[in-house]
Amino acid sequence: MTIFSLRAFIRLLPARHSLGDGGSPVLRPLSSVLCLLSSVFWLLATTGCLKHGTDVERGNREQVLHRGTGYEIGNLDPHLATNISEMDLISALFEGLVTEDPTDLHPVPGVAERWEVSSDQLTYTFFLRAGAHWSNGTPLTAEDFVASWRRILTPSLASANAGLLYVLQGAEAFAKGGAKDFAQVGVKAVDARTLQVTLAQPTPYFLSLLTHTAWLPVPLSVITVNGPAYERGNSWASAGHLVGNGAFTLQSWAPNQRIIAVKSPAYWDAAHVRLNAIHFHPIDSLDAEERAFRAGQLHVTYALPFAKGESYRRDAPQFLRADPYLNSYFLRLNVARPFLNEPRVRRALALGVDRDALAGKILRGGQLPAHAFTPPGTAGYTPAAQLPTDFAAARQLLVEAGYPGGRGLPAFELLYNNSENHRLIAEAVQEMWRRELGVQVRLVNQEFKAVLEQRRTGQYQILFSDWVGDYLDPSTFLDVWRTDSGNNHTGWSSPAYDSLLRSASLTTDAAAREAFFQKAEALLLEAAPLVPLYYNTHIFLLQPSVKGWHPTLLDHHPYKHVWLEE
Amino acid sequence: MLRFIARRLLETIPVLFVILTATFFMIRFVPGGPFTAEKAVTPEVMRNLERAYDLDKPLWQQYTRYLRNVLLHGDLGPSFKYPNRTVNEIIAGKLPVSLELGAEALVLALVLGLTLGVLAAVKNNTWIDYVCSSAAMTGICLPTFVLGPLLVLLFAIHLGWVNASGWDGPADRILPCLTLGCVYAAYIARLTRGGMLEVLSQDYIRTARAKGASEVRVIFKHALRGGLLPVVSFLGPAIAGILTGSFVIETIFQIPGLGREFVNSAFNRDYTLVLGTVILYATLIIGLNLLVDVVQVWLNPKLKFE
Repeated sequence: MTIFSLRAFIRLLPARHSLGDGGSPVLRPLSSVLCLLSSVFWLLATTGCLKHGTDVERGNREQVLHRGTGYEIGNLDPHLATNISEMDLISALFEGLVTEDPTDLHPVPGVAERWEVSSDQLTYTFFLRAGAHWSNGTPLTAEDFVASWRRILTPSLASANAGLLYVLQGAEAFAKGGAKDFAQVGVKAVDARTLQVTLAQPTPYFLSLLTHTAWLPVPLSVITVNGPAYERGNSWASAGHLVGNGAFTLQSWAPNQRIIAVKSPAYWDAAHVRLNAIHFHPIDSLDAEERAFRAGQLHVTYALPFAKGESYRRDAPQFLRADPYLNSYFLRLNVARPFLNEPRVRRALALGVDRDALAGKILRGGQLPAHAFTPPGTAGYTPAAQLPTDFAAARQLLVEAGYPGGRGLPAFELLYNNSENHRLIAEAVQEMWRRELGVQVRLVNQEFKAVLEQRRTGQYQILFSDWVGDYLDPSTFLDVWRTDSGNNHTGWSSPAYDSLLRSASLTTDAAAREAFFQKAEALLLEAAPLVPLYYNTHIFLLQPSVKGWHPTLLDHHPYKHVWLEE
Repeated sequence: MLRFIARRLLETIPVLFVILTATFFMIRFVPGGPFTAEKAVTPEVMRNLERAYDLDKPLWQQYTRYLRNVLLHGDLGPSFKYPNRTVNEIIAGKLPVSLELGAEALVLALVLGLTLGVLAAVKNNTWIDYVCSSAAMTGICLPTFVLGPLLVLLFAIHLGWVNASGWDGPADRILPCLTLGCVYAAYIARLTRGGMLEVLSQDYIRTARAKGASEVRVIFKHALRGGLLPVVSFLGPAIAGILTGSFVIETIFQIPGLGREFVNSAFNRDYTLVLGTVILYATLIIGLNLLVDVVQVWLNPKLKFE
């Protein structure tokens, strides 16, 4: 409605008799407000403040990718970042010795142009490429890697990911403060372009592990200028200070708004980088993110709200992606609790869940029913033992344990955190156990950190859980259940299981290693400190103009291989 | 009046102290801590983390240290969630955004609300009154988390005039201000209408009319001053709320304001950020309530500063 028609509309309003001439002066404010409002819109439209075309359309023309990151980015220091979105952004700004292939994430040369492995698989020699530079132009040397790994292992930095470097000889002792001399740690700069790494034990997945942000080089000379290098609270990882060695470099960082990374001319492979810039949008509300996608502000979203999946599948499948993901959902059973300390009861609970129904009828987003713990195809490994759904066998086990039809068992508490689909799954499992086994379950819903605290202190009976793999190897899943694992939380401990995993870590024979893992996982499923539920998919929205965005198991998409095309 | 203000300011000191102390200990007793995460860190890393932030010291030592830093240096400490930002920096960066959004929404709410309210009162029991009152009622009934996405659907997705979220250009201000402003406008309209109706039936208004004052003068000079009293007492806490940011609005439109931090810091167990935002919020509420009291005495000759 234009200003003029609004004015005409206002004039039509009748004046009240009793007020005589008072009518129109009172109406005047309303008329002016409406005029003001419409003038504002008109002004904004004519001065170009209102939108002309979308960010996505402009981005497609100018090779600028708009990416939703979900959570607010807290930190871009590769040694201190902990959440997936931070690590994703860091992967654009830094590059390790090896980097990931865009289609299946197998390790490909990064800063190291080639490497040699000793026959006992304990010594790796990396040969750094001559063209590797920091974004400020200084050459990147083997010494930079030594200094970086020293930094992340230093106790005062308190890096949450320091443990990933414990595969290095002597690293664990140094990080725990026992050894003070870093020369004892298995990394050495032979010369400026040769790095020699000695491992504590053969680690077949070492090259995959190297792609994790914990192993990235950081510029110590830049860090020390901004404050103490081995303590937290150093502000070097901010716009204007951050120096990286990746395909992109940090241009600006507006908290809770936007982080802009632009193509780095100093990058050794800059000729093959096709994106000119990436805008990271930390939109922490999935609904708001989905609306921003529809309004043409984003090329890629972090994730799609569960409730919207169905309508996208029906109406706009061209934007919907459901990629396989190294993410296993399961229930933890606290084996320290009465009744759950009985293996037959646990096994009965594990057999008494219809996983096909969970994945196919409730989630319906391409999730796979989990008949084991490790997702199939994790670096070529597929669990041999399969946990079936067998209500009759489950009932029989309950009879043997002395609880026929669930009689004599108390109502178990199933603890889960606030989340829409967690509740749906918990309710379905509750109903399956009630109907098929006669086992009663009470659902308890709590806030996320409160749930984690109860997990830590063992104050739960049954806990809704999930696990995301850190790197492409079955050990990232099976290590969870070791006795000394900080992530077990069930109280379950099996010397046989621990010893199988230890054997797997010591062997250099790939087939023998897989066999050890198979046996360990079979033992785990039999003892059932967990009830596998489903393997998750990563469901998100993607503009068709984004190319090179392959489905990968860790949801990594090396940005140097991504481009935009209408 | 100065004595009144001075006394009230003195009274705020123990209030703030109690709020700070209660918050400090309450947030510590909430299960989970700033470093509680999905993937557990090793015990030695946890020890290092706690040492880095002085969390390994006894609670009373942490408390006295915090108090000293706040009182002597105005230092609200480092944020746990954002390791290279301090709470002072976070508040300094985000409060202006909330203030801007709040001020714009407040102006909109006042202009719209007062206009509708006065109009409805003056044209009492006519269709104008019904339209204004229904609009106000609708505004009160429509929560921001419904109105916001509806506006986005219309203006950002279907018409494509503005962005669905963000805080970059002037156009990004329109939808959040409209959403936030409309709700407050609705309250203000209803309070104004009620206040005005009451005042318009009083003797001094009849006297003013009898003396031949024009209708405009009667309404804006004599009636509005008294009719605004309920609005003013509503505005005190409302302004504090509107200026320090709205969690819902900031989440719907992804505005980098303080309202989201106020809520999220509690979820993150970011102890120092929780305390910083609580102290700020408490100070604002106390200050604005004092302001309201002063304005009320000024508007209503029957009240005195005692």
